[in-house]
Amino acid sequence: MSNENPSDLRYTQTHEWLRDNGDGTYAVGITDHAQGLLGDVVYVELPELETVLNAEENCGVIESVKAASDMFAPLEGEVTEVNEALDGEPELINSAPFGEGWIFAIKPANIEDVEALMDADAYEAYYQSEA
Amino acid sequence: MSDTIESKQKPLRTPLYDKHVEAGGKMVDFAGWEMPINYGSQVTEHKQVREDAGMFDVSHMVVLDFKGSGTKAFLQNLLANDVAKLKDQGKALYSGMLNHEGGVIDDLIVYYIEDNFYRMVVNAATRQNDLKWMLEQIEGYDVDFSERSDLAMIAVQGPNAREKVISLLDEGGAKKAEALKAFFGAQLGETFIARTGYTGEDGFEIMLPTEQAEGLWDGLLNAGVKPIGLGARDTLRLEAGMNLYGTDMDEGISPLAAGMGWTVAWEPEDRDFIGRTAIEKEKAEGSKMKLVGLVLEDKGVLRGHQKVITEQGDGEITSGTFSPSLGVSIALARIPSAVKDSCHVEIRGKQLKARIVRPPFVRNGKALV
Repeated sequence: MSNENPSDLRYTQTHEWLRDNGDGTYAVGITDHAQGLLGDVVYVELPELETVLNAEENCGVIESVKAASDMFAPLEGEVTEVNEALDGEPELINSAPFGEGWIFAIKPANIEDVEALMDADAYEAYYQSEA
Repeated sequence: MSDTIESKQKPLRTPLYDKHVEAGGKMVDFAGWEMPINYGSQVTEHKQVREDAGMFDVSHMVVLDFKGSGTKAFLQNLLANDVAKLKDQGKALYSGMLNHEGGVIDDLIVYYIEDNFYRMVVNAATRQNDLKWMLEQIEGYDVDFSERSDLAMIAVQGPNAREKVISLLDEGGAKKAEALKAFFGAQLGETFIARTGYTGEDGFEIMLPTEQAEGLWDGLLNAGVKPIGLGARDTLRLEAGMNLYGTDMDEGISPLAAGMGWTVAWEPEDRDFIGRTAIEKEKAEGSKMKLVGLVLEDKGVLRGHQKVITEQGDGEITSGTFSPSLGVSIALARIPSAVKDSCHVEIRGKQLKARIVRPPFVRNGKALV
């Protein structure tokens, strides 16, 4: 895969990533591997601001030309920001899954939940064994 | 996801399998065949066909040749459309093949090649069922029929498709292909070339001996024709308002409730095709349901099996997708016949507004809705 999983991110088994925004919140997106499976993304149903999510809770939907896929909260926390650019340009998830294609930001209820998620090496081993 | 015994059997491969892998095709199971769903981006492939030229390997489809003095009479009984309409050599006809209850067993194209010789193309997924049904109906007619699994089929579609195909033919072949009118086919040696397709664009469907398929594929690649997967084939046909068997209609749905009323030849009145009595009754009483096009006015994506809510009762989406050409979501839906103008579609608990339109949505690269 050309787009490697950045080493400064944390990953879930449902192919979301988390990036430390440095202010107690974390940006969440889906991995390059996940966007490749989905194909061309055409619509994203974003979570609502200030919603408190449980870990693994269904918090939105990513629709590609092919199919609709659920998005899951990587950990317990409050939604502090959503990427409204995806409304007009959902394809950012395909072109920049780890960058401009971020989906929402979450403030974790317990900061140690972040450390419990997979690092890049563990995630790569995980999805390769999944295939 | 269905997990049938059939899908556990060794997957079938067309003569172009290696070409798909070479082109980076993502191979998936389709009716027991290993076929390319896309070669990278479905949307790019879709636009390639609308704007230039793309090619599809449709060798998994079933080509049947019917020969003998009873062929015309047999087909006039078998099909809801009337092959007697085919007066000129090479002319093609789209038809449903119905059961006695008036349900659609399959939809197909039949070509009149010459007197006592017709060629039919049916769906891969319905092959077994179709063959069984035809063998039951052929009793008493002087007809020989053979499955042409020795032929591969490549569809080349798009505004530049014909020109690119013609550039690869010898002088005689080019002349014949050039002269073909829409919905006509012609024999070029062992190759049969027809100006038909499943995309709403101009182009050809080419049947040729399996051992020549790779050569034609490479020639088309060199002429700038790009390979297109089944994913884009589905969005293209849906934009073109064309039904997909098993999705938009099946054995329990009559052609009148499947937007196929125009394919039923009611005249002459004394032609007694299979299913006629059942659908005549439905026609007289008025069909309760109709197949329409929907354009979603809110954000989201319409998908098969979503519930359609109207003042006259509920309906269902039969095929839905995001339309790459229109930039909005479109669908085919079966709804109560009395409904006009607009309806709502239930998506994840929300009711979204959709406009009711008459398909096609897109033809020859132009938006029609």
